[in-house]
Amino acid sequence: MGDKALAMKGGREKASVFSVLARNWSFFFLVLTVVIFSFTGKNFFALNNFQSIIHLATTALLLACAETFVIITGGVDLSVGFVLGLSAVASASTMQLLYAAHWSAPASVLVGIVVGIAASLACGLVAGVMIARFKVPPFIATLGTMGIAIGVSYHICGGFPIGYLPPGLTDIGNMYVLYVHPASGAWSFFARPASIAANQIKELVRIAPISFILIFVFLLLLWHLLKNTRFGQHTYAIGGSMDASVRAGINTRRHLILIYVLSTFLAGLAGIVDLFQSGTGNFTTFGAQLELFAIAAVIIGGASLMGGKGRILASAVGVLLLKVLENGLNLSGVQPFYRYIAVGLILIVAVVIDQLFPDLF
Amino acid sequence: MGYVLEVRNITKRFGGLVAVNDVSMGVQAGEVVGLLGDNGAGKSTLIKVISGVYKADAGKILFMDKEVQIDSPMDALAMGIETIYQDLALAENLNTPANIFLGREKMKKALGFLNVLDHAYMQKESSKILEKLDILIPSLRNRIRALSGGQRQAVAISRSIYWDAKFLIMDEPTAALGVAEQKKVISTINLLKSHGIGIIVISHQMHDIFQVADRMIIMRRGEKVAELVTKNTNADEVVSLIVGAETVTK
Amino acid sequence: MARAGGFTTLIGQRWAMLFLLIELVFFSFLGGGFFTMNGFQIVLFYSTTLALLATAETFVIVTGGIDLSVGFVMGFASVVSAKLAVRFDSLGLAPELSILFAVLVTLAIGLLPGFVNGVLVARLKVPPFLATFAVQGITYGTSLIITQGSAAINVPNLANVIGNSYFIHLVPGRGIWFFTRPEAARGADVIDIIPTMVVVTVLVIAVASFLLKRTRFGRHTYAIGGNIDAALRAGINTRRHLVVIYVLSSLFATLSGIIYMLEYVSGKADAGSSFMLDSVVAVVIGGASLFGGVGTIWRTILGVLILSVLEMGLKMMGVQTFDKYIAVGIILIFAVLIDQFFPEMIHKED
Repeated sequence: MGDKALAMKGGREKASVFSVLARNWSFFFLVLTVVIFSFTGKNFFALNNFQSIIHLATTALLLACAETFVIITGGVDLSVGFVLGLSAVASASTMQLLYAAHWSAPASVLVGIVVGIAASLACGLVAGVMIARFKVPPFIATLGTMGIAIGVSYHICGGFPIGYLPPGLTDIGNMYVLYVHPASGAWSFFARPASIAANQIKELVRIAPISFILIFVFLLLLWHLLKNTRFGQHTYAIGGSMDASVRAGINTRRHLILIYVLSTFLAGLAGIVDLFQSGTGNFTTFGAQLELFAIAAVIIGGASLMGGKGRILASAVGVLLLKVLENGLNLSGVQPFYRYIAVGLILIVAVVIDQLFPDLF
Repeated sequence: MGYVLEVRNITKRFGGLVAVNDVSMGVQAGEVVGLLGDNGAGKSTLIKVISGVYKADAGKILFMDKEVQIDSPMDALAMGIETIYQDLALAENLNTPANIFLGREKMKKALGFLNVLDHAYMQKESSKILEKLDILIPSLRNRIRALSGGQRQAVAISRSIYWDAKFLIMDEPTAALGVAEQKKVISTINLLKSHGIGIIVISHQMHDIFQVADRMIIMRRGEKVAELVTKNTNADEVVSLIVGAETVTK
Repeated sequence: MARAGGFTTLIGQRWAMLFLLIELVFFSFLGGGFFTMNGFQIVLFYSTTLALLATAETFVIVTGGIDLSVGFVMGFASVVSAKLAVRFDSLGLAPELSILFAVLVTLAIGLLPGFVNGVLVARLKVPPFLATFAVQGITYGTSLIITQGSAAINVPNLANVIGNSYFIHLVPGRGIWFFTRPEAARGADVIDIIPTMVVVTVLVIAVASFLLKRTRFGRHTYAIGGNIDAALRAGINTRRHLVVIYVLSSLFATLSGIIYMLEYVSGKADAGSSFMLDSVVAVVIGGASLFGGVGTIWRTILGVLILSVLEMGLKMMGVQTFDKYIAVGIILIFAVLIDQFFPEMIHKED
């Protein structure tokens, strides 16, 4: 993990075993929960289950990445959950309209995606300008754009999922990279082997959902952006000291606007992913609290709301921890309600660890 | 006259308040000038005019004998006028090289096309400059947060010098430091002086000023009330000038 | 900072009041049945729960914190009080006693989430945003476990009688009744004036306002929000004070939940989920700063009324209620921008 290399550079040179443990507690905790649930959870320790956990975590991972950038600058973006919804319904309704107007499926899908992403970027731009230019606290500015995103989403979809979309969305969204049929030895990429008969489909082993590629590419890109580029360095600097950044000649206003645009871009992308995975344009409900879970994941990954620290891969571990917990508790026969309590407790542990060992991260 | 930096007849008003009134002064290369005065005497305002934070209402600034326009801190930095504020303006969550290169990071090409930060280069350059200034920092990889006040000061000074400062303004450089670290700062200032850098030091610590300054400029209520050569004066005279007792006895 | 021109400053400082007036006039002309006594009473009745939550939030925000848990503490309280009332009732207690005990026990239990919040924030230095978010999850989960995910129902009907009664019942020509609807007034016009829950809420808010404005406790709350170091040096026990603040916040949220239970005769885990952010919005519209040190109960209530008049007004006009979200978003941004342009209301250094 290159992320560790940065931490070594930033942190103290002699890392004791203890500090390595405390610094990466969320990772070790994740391993621990996986081990425990492997014993307690029915069908937990199975390729299919692990693949589905990660597959279903795609949108949460994107939101957590968005939140990581914002939180490192010392801000917070409350709008991401509903921007995800806005992007999903805006692109879905565009696709529906165009397809109904006899556009080709690929064309309507493509235009739909562009519309969804554009709507998301607009939210980030508004929030960013208010935060950077008018010094509105990020909490308030993004709460405002969140309200607007909710209202516009409802206007588009009337509160119902948008269906009647061009065919094939879910085929793409839920496609696997590799299909293997162990009995006959047949295998193929991206589609089931042609030689497989319909009654053999059950025996087919599917490996790596297509979402893995997306997750891999984006985690890599964003990790690189944060660790190896000026943009990333300045993101940390702004979170560490706005004053120092200004005096060092960083264009902090432009940088902050870009951060919020990036944040809603990732949220919009998550909306598109959701659309491809579910096949309908789903509006987000208040109960979902997607943004709060994304923030929780980032904090569990070791970031601080005061800004200045946070790591993409650690945030990803935070998301996986929450998702594994949800899945594992469910498969262990625990009522789903306990999930909320578990998230709350882990969050408290995360922050208290951060308080007790402030120099580790 | 051979001043690195000279200000002539600077006046700065805030509403009805005249914070700096018709002040002129100059600093030569390799010279340390102490700027003294009580709170509200106008010292901070004057240096903020020089460092581009405020724009003067009247007067002009000459840098290297040429009249210059300083409209923003960036203008000042670009000319080589660096200011080290009391709060040092360091990003405490980053390490020493990252702070020295903040905003001016060195990039390199990775894999032939990716523009990435050149951590190794920045680290090497940082240790060079620290060595040149005879400053010891246990590990460059430590975050600023883990450093002592004196070490932070040293990082801020190194940054200025690395980026080719010709003129340095130091605001209370010894405040909030331990005795040993105060001495270290004094010796660093003397070292900088020997490198031919012009320096203005603002300090409440009379003792420190007497140790480093070649000349002293004393301000009171926005006006320059005296300009003294350090070796021809003493603490009593300076204090009475600062508080205005001199005028009373006259 | 020098004072800007008199008139615009006046408008800037009183804009919330002005905005509420504009809303009232607007909906009175356009709204179906808004400009009637009943219309106003509906708005007030609807405001009770949010007003209490926003009151809770005001105390916390004045200290420079935030309490994300109030909405779910409210739901928790509605669930606990409903379940307890049902339980006491089934034990054979009189309905009056069942409800009374349920309310008292719920008030005691309701201190708990606030205590946890307070200890996390004051002792363990957990940022309020995170501490209260975590506690929110824990209370929500607990409520869901108590109710098994459905609503808590079968509350004795007395709750309905209390929760939906009016302070005054006026029968023209026959007299005035307090609290109970006259039995004999069959066929006659009974004019119901001021829902009892509104009276209760106003009393609670008056106490809260007194506490924040006129007591040493209130002074210290502002002091902590303005500059916690200064407060500490002035000898204020800031830790204990903060714990008390979060407990107080939780207590107001609990009250809100109890009132919800009485009004809707049921308890729901997510009764206050949409109020979680609305309460913050109301406080901010009322001119408080998230940095702390600024804000009053009275202004918060102004914020609450702006939100509920907007929502109910739109509803009565038959406009889709989700336009409320857009409006709230815009008002919120507007509120903060106004504070930026008229900063003399906010006493912060530099």
